[in-house]
Amino acid sequence: MIKQLFKFREMLLVVIIAVLLGVFSSRSPGFASPSNLSNIFNDTSILIILALGQMTVILTKSIDLSVAANVAFTGMAVAMLNAAHPGLPLALIVLIALGIGAILGAINGLFVWKLGIPSIVVTLGTLTIYRGMAFVLSGGGWVNAHQMTEPFLQTPRQLFLGLPVLGWTAIVIVAIIYIVMSRTFLGRAIYASGGNPTAAVYAGIDVGRTRFFAFVLSGTLAGLCGYLWVSRYAVAYVDIAAGFELDSVAACVIGGISTLGGIGSVAGAVLGSLFLGVIKNALPVINISPFSQMAISGGVIIAAVIFNARQERRRGRIILRDRGASETIEGIA
Amino acid sequence: MMTAALAESHPITPILEMRAISKTFPGVKALDDVNIALFPGEVTALIGENGAGKSTLVKILTGIYPSDEGEIHIDGRPVTFGNAQAAIDHGVTAIHQETVLFDELSVAENIFIGHAPKTSLGLVNWKGVNARALALLHSLESNIDPRTRLKDLSIAQRHLVAIARALSVDARIVIMDEPTAALSRKEVDDLFQIVKRLKAQGKAILFISHKFDEVYEIADNYAVFRDGKAVGSGALADISQNDIVRLMVGRSIEHAFPKVDIPLGETVLKVENYSHPTEFRDISFELRKGEILGIYGLVGAGRSEICQSLFGVTRPSGGRLELDGKEIQIRSPGDAIHAGIVYVPEERGRHGAVLQLPIYQNISLPSLGRTSRSGFLRAAEELALARTYAERFDLRAAALSVPVGTLSGGNQQKVVIGKWLATQPKILILDEPTKGIDIGSKAAVHAFISELAGEGLSIIMVSSELPEILGMSDRVLVMREGLSAGLFERAGMSAETLVRAATGNA
Repeated sequence: MIKQLFKFREMLLVVIIAVLLGVFSSRSPGFASPSNLSNIFNDTSILIILALGQMTVILTKSIDLSVAANVAFTGMAVAMLNAAHPGLPLALIVLIALGIGAILGAINGLFVWKLGIPSIVVTLGTLTIYRGMAFVLSGGGWVNAHQMTEPFLQTPRQLFLGLPVLGWTAIVIVAIIYIVMSRTFLGRAIYASGGNPTAAVYAGIDVGRTRFFAFVLSGTLAGLCGYLWVSRYAVAYVDIAAGFELDSVAACVIGGISTLGGIGSVAGAVLGSLFLGVIKNALPVINISPFSQMAISGGVIIAAVIFNARQERRRGRIILRDRGASETIEGIA
Repeated sequence: MMTAALAESHPITPILEMRAISKTFPGVKALDDVNIALFPGEVTALIGENGAGKSTLVKILTGIYPSDEGEIHIDGRPVTFGNAQAAIDHGVTAIHQETVLFDELSVAENIFIGHAPKTSLGLVNWKGVNARALALLHSLESNIDPRTRLKDLSIAQRHLVAIARALSVDARIVIMDEPTAALSRKEVDDLFQIVKRLKAQGKAILFISHKFDEVYEIADNYAVFRDGKAVGSGALADISQNDIVRLMVGRSIEHAFPKVDIPLGETVLKVENYSHPTEFRDISFELRKGEILGIYGLVGAGRSEICQSLFGVTRPSGGRLELDGKEIQIRSPGDAIHAGIVYVPEERGRHGAVLQLPIYQNISLPSLGRTSRSGFLRAAEELALARTYAERFDLRAAALSVPVGTLSGGNQQKVVIGKWLATQPKILILDEPTKGIDIGSKAAVHAFISELAGEGLSIIMVSSELPEILGMSDRVLVMREGLSAGLFERAGMSAETLVRAATGNA
């Protein structure tokens, strides 16, 4: 029943996104054209990747507020590396980005796992630290497009079947995370650790270690986004992606991932991101100022939370009723 | 109607009467034309199996559910309880099985939280709060200081605070829903002293319990529910225990403890000088193949703590473990499961299942090592495993892919037990296996435990219920305040010797 509810919820998001596209394209012809849709998807790719990392963390009853700072630090690091050593192959740079991201994620994870500090406190701290590290690393300077190499800048922009490599990267990550969540021990442990930590411990799952790996996963994806971000915007500075951690949380919440942990799906996180992506891309088209955009995004998030809370409550009622009923059924049987 | 007859024949008029109460949940009649009367200064025991409708009655009486049909009369006048506050305003209060109290607040704050006396400025009148709390506690003949923080109290004292809280609203009708479930014998005695005082003050008490000895000790009247109907009521003095059981189950029940004598095999587990920094010290025992080892003691004696430590949830500070003659280290539940030791916790609902996950994923959760290959899960294997145990326990569910949260309580328990047996353990640790279960289901659980022992499983059973310990165990380890108070063979144990060892009364 709960599963159906979420399937219903995901369908609902698909419908809402479709309706939005319809409305916007009636105001601005061409909005729903394939090339513009591919644009929107490409534009939302980084958010999708970050939201998937955030999802794994939120599913374990934690939160990672440091993802955007991770993007900034890793982005700065690889941009400077690229500028200093133009000969380094891109594959190595991407690997380094993944590695730096993973280390930053592991630092969060270790604090949460070994010292038992609440993740919101840990990542609130590392959020500032990682961005400070980006400042120290760069001395406050910028890395501009002309300092970056051609492959560094252009590879994510290469079109393949009409979609840039950046978009394809998001699709590959979605597929990998889907497999991790549904087909691996780690994925199952993540759901169990968030759904009922005590029961998970009693079933032999190391909840702390599972959280650690969720943070490593989130950090690794943030590291990847660090490269993708500086490449896409062709610039690296300390304040890139400022506040973007909240977008990743918002995408998860809109996608139906319970902030209490244990409930949520890859499809939800992706749809939540796409929803935000469509709104962001559409509002300028229909002449709404960036400030109202923020207010609208905020309103949508609150609406999604209310919707979630109502669903939970309704589910509670169903369970109460079922209990009363089954109590008696058992009595009769 | 017997209750109506009772109300007429009874020498005093009831404070509260529920007349022809019916309550239907979708598809099921939870209460069917039920009558019950509560009299001032008397305790009425409400008896019935799980699902007989007791909880529904309590919820109607405390204003949580409305009834579909019927009337509630207080002092002969009909009343309606639209919500929980209305019930409290009419003097009905309930002390629940697991009362919610606040550890960090003082006793007085706990008692008056939500309805503290106010000063003329609308601020909390702390003098008044403390003074009234003191008066209330005195009326219960307790000398707890109302300014003590709750976390510094014993379980029994906390219970007393819960009762004081219930009485702080000028209650005339007190509902006690299995108040003794978590109490030791000594604490039960203290509680009954309080109940007697409440009786003396003329309050009407509805006492819900599964334990017949307690019912006979404290109650004046009985009301037996079965399948949502009131099947009998009257004065307890006029009815035998067997007759009550017969009313309750509607059929005669076989012997409650079908322990079958099984020839014991070789030693499976050897525990030597097992110690924990704070909870227990120098515990030694052996467990043999097919044996049921009972662990008995008062609440807080360290029984569950030993088991949790054997299962790797907490770390011991010393001692050694031998499994099948080889020394082993257990550092985590994963190690324990790997070694073939599993632990079914006391709170099976809270600690047992991940409600959001499907049935089959819950059953396979501790066995994923076996059902997966090179880190990847194999759904077909998981489903096959789940199907085996679902069939063994006659699990009733639409499909194995529905979340456990959608199942009834009884079926959830089956999932939890199935999950542990699916790991194919050598040693099964059961913590209070029949806590809060009615008599009919208890016998089934006991038969099942016997069956498992017969299959060669070694079982450690922690229990607070003496009849269960005496009836089921091959040997009993008695604990007192974290220390071993003796190991008793089946031949040499009696209720008296065990209680003496557990309480330290030589």
